[in-house]
Amino acid sequence: MAKLKELAAQEEKFVGGHRGCAGCGASIVARQVLLAAQQPVVVGAATGCLEVISTIFPYSAWNVPYIHNAFENVAATMSGVEAAYRAFKKKGKITKDLRFIAFGGDGGTYDIGLQALSGMIERRHRVLYICYNNEAYMNTGIQRSSATPRGAHTTTSPAGKVIPGKSQLRKNLTEIVIAHEPAFAAQATIGYWNDLVTKVRKALDADGPSFINVYSPCRLGWAYAPEKTIKVSKMAVETCVWPLYEYQDGAYRINVKPKEKRPIIEFLNMQGRFGHLFKWKDDVPIREYQAEVDFIWNRLLKRSES
Amino acid sequence: MIVARTGNEAMAEAMRQINPDVVAAYPITPATEVVQLFSQFVHDGMVDTEFVPAESEHSAISACAGAAAAGARVMTSTASQGLALMHEILFIAAGLRAPIVICLVNRSLSSPINIHCDHSDTLASRDAGWIQIYSENAQEAYDTTIQAVKISEAALLPSIVTTDAFIISHGMERVELLDDKEVPQFLGERKVKYSLLDVENPVTLGPLDLQDYFFEHKRSEIDAMNQVLPIIEKVQKEYGDRFGRYYPTVEEYKLDDADVAVLAMGSTAGTAKVAVERLREKGKKVGLIRCRVYRPFPKDAMTRAISKVKAVGIMDRSDTLSTLGGHLYNECRSILYDSQVKPLLKNYIYGLGGRDISIEEIEAVYEELLSIKKSTKVDKDIVYYGVRGE
Repeated sequence: MAKLKELAAQEEKFVGGHRGCAGCGASIVARQVLLAAQQPVVVGAATGCLEVISTIFPYSAWNVPYIHNAFENVAATMSGVEAAYRAFKKKGKITKDLRFIAFGGDGGTYDIGLQALSGMIERRHRVLYICYNNEAYMNTGIQRSSATPRGAHTTTSPAGKVIPGKSQLRKNLTEIVIAHEPAFAAQATIGYWNDLVTKVRKALDADGPSFINVYSPCRLGWAYAPEKTIKVSKMAVETCVWPLYEYQDGAYRINVKPKEKRPIIEFLNMQGRFGHLFKWKDDVPIREYQAEVDFIWNRLLKRSES
Repeated sequence: MIVARTGNEAMAEAMRQINPDVVAAYPITPATEVVQLFSQFVHDGMVDTEFVPAESEHSAISACAGAAAAGARVMTSTASQGLALMHEILFIAAGLRAPIVICLVNRSLSSPINIHCDHSDTLASRDAGWIQIYSENAQEAYDTTIQAVKISEAALLPSIVTTDAFIISHGMERVELLDDKEVPQFLGERKVKYSLLDVENPVTLGPLDLQDYFFEHKRSEIDAMNQVLPIIEKVQKEYGDRFGRYYPTVEEYKLDDADVAVLAMGSTAGTAKVAVERLREKGKKVGLIRCRVYRPFPKDAMTRAISKVKAVGIMDRSDTLSTLGGHLYNECRSILYDSQVKPLLKNYIYGLGGRDISIEEIEAVYEELLSIKKSTKVDKDIVYYGVRGE
């Protein structure tokens, strides 16, 4: 268990002054993850919001070594960095223990960067991959991704007259990663900071590739007031839209079981991206989304019991 | 040590002796062997390299860029579609000033799909900010691979060293290898100013660069490329002084008293040398110009060479699909604009998709050039040579 006092006393590795929106979830992810790390880290970022807001030349919000290469290849880039580290370690040119963290949004991870991520895990590079998942391409102005949920309005899955937002369900990336048998995999969110910090520490201690899918509300793309970011994050957990769980050594563990599993409507009605669903002629999109959430949650309960 | 090696084997041997910190690669015909042989070296413990068997060429070159940014000496190998898949990252690697070396086998780009030689793959990447050096044979591929590491690290720009698909890559030749110890002695260790692994002095690499700084940074990269030719010449000389094999940026073969010349890149230059010999025996004054270093373009050396003759047949194993002919042709025409002496030029686009080019065909080119010299006229400036229906 991390202590807030102890975290607050640490030197910031992702500092303020960046260009993130008020209420930006992604920047909170970066700050919490780096505060959690107890070893020196080297960071890579995929093209996306986090990269754009944090490194407008000549400024940088990163107090740790940082590299950005392109959109789809942060996992491959960090594979190379980690390989160089191993080469230097072997030759005695580096004696320090370092850790490697890759950050990518859902666009750079679920979609265009999926292949590179798969390769990185399969080759067993000791890199922690953090997906800051805000469920759409926010950097380019809110386009759908394969992480965008059923019914959500984005600019490429708009709330139209005949099609109400996104027609498809979300891709379950965490399970795709787990199928690779990484050293550690988890879902987390910024509203449960202690859970996230604990998972980052476990991931960095695990001897192999690790992955944390961090639910990262986006006040602009999800259309809610900036001060609601943490509330939205917590409601995603209470409705089981975003279950907090981890996978290690073949075992599933649910980290937060809501006392009362709330209907997803309570999560949806906090955000403008779902507003049109409440005026829609039927409840099909909401029912399908709820069914997906229930199916995944029930399966998770079974997996964590066995 | 004198051995029999294919071009691929020669390049793999060079990589073994260079013993890079990291090799990240993905196999592709006809460069597969380079990656295969190197994997064997890794698994037999003959190198200390961390080998990253990437899941695509895109990831291979991305990993190379990351490793180079971490201060490693980095190499890879590819061809054709593989280089095309790397295309996006080629520019980024050059912009990051990552001194990666690619052992490349020139193969035509799809479509139609084909696995044989032409130069369309590397020429399509000519503006990516990479040094490009074309080898005439396996020996040169071996020597140039070693030189390229030193050139790239001095220039802080990446290099592509090429061989021609199958003609060199799979052709067995006499190759003289250096002793294993000589290569690391020649290269020394890579020295880096900034490393991603220096956690005490953190750097931000690859930041977002907008209207207020991008141009200056791009300008400094262009400037770095502008300073590469003297670096290449220095390394070539150093290599020659040490090991006895000297290479020029632009090779002149029997050019001083020649009336006409062929200009070519890669293995065709070797074939053309035989054509020159045969014609010289008949008393015809013909010569050859070989473009060895293509990027940066050796403007002065090329202008000097071209200006020695009355007519030049520029042989391009590529086309720009622009109505303007091949790459070498366009660049040579461009450098002659300011030249006092302007020889007649004719562009022969040949050998696409590995179509063979024979000694006799090159002899016929020389005969045509001699009649162009006589008539002082070029009827058709761009011809497609050795293709049906022409």
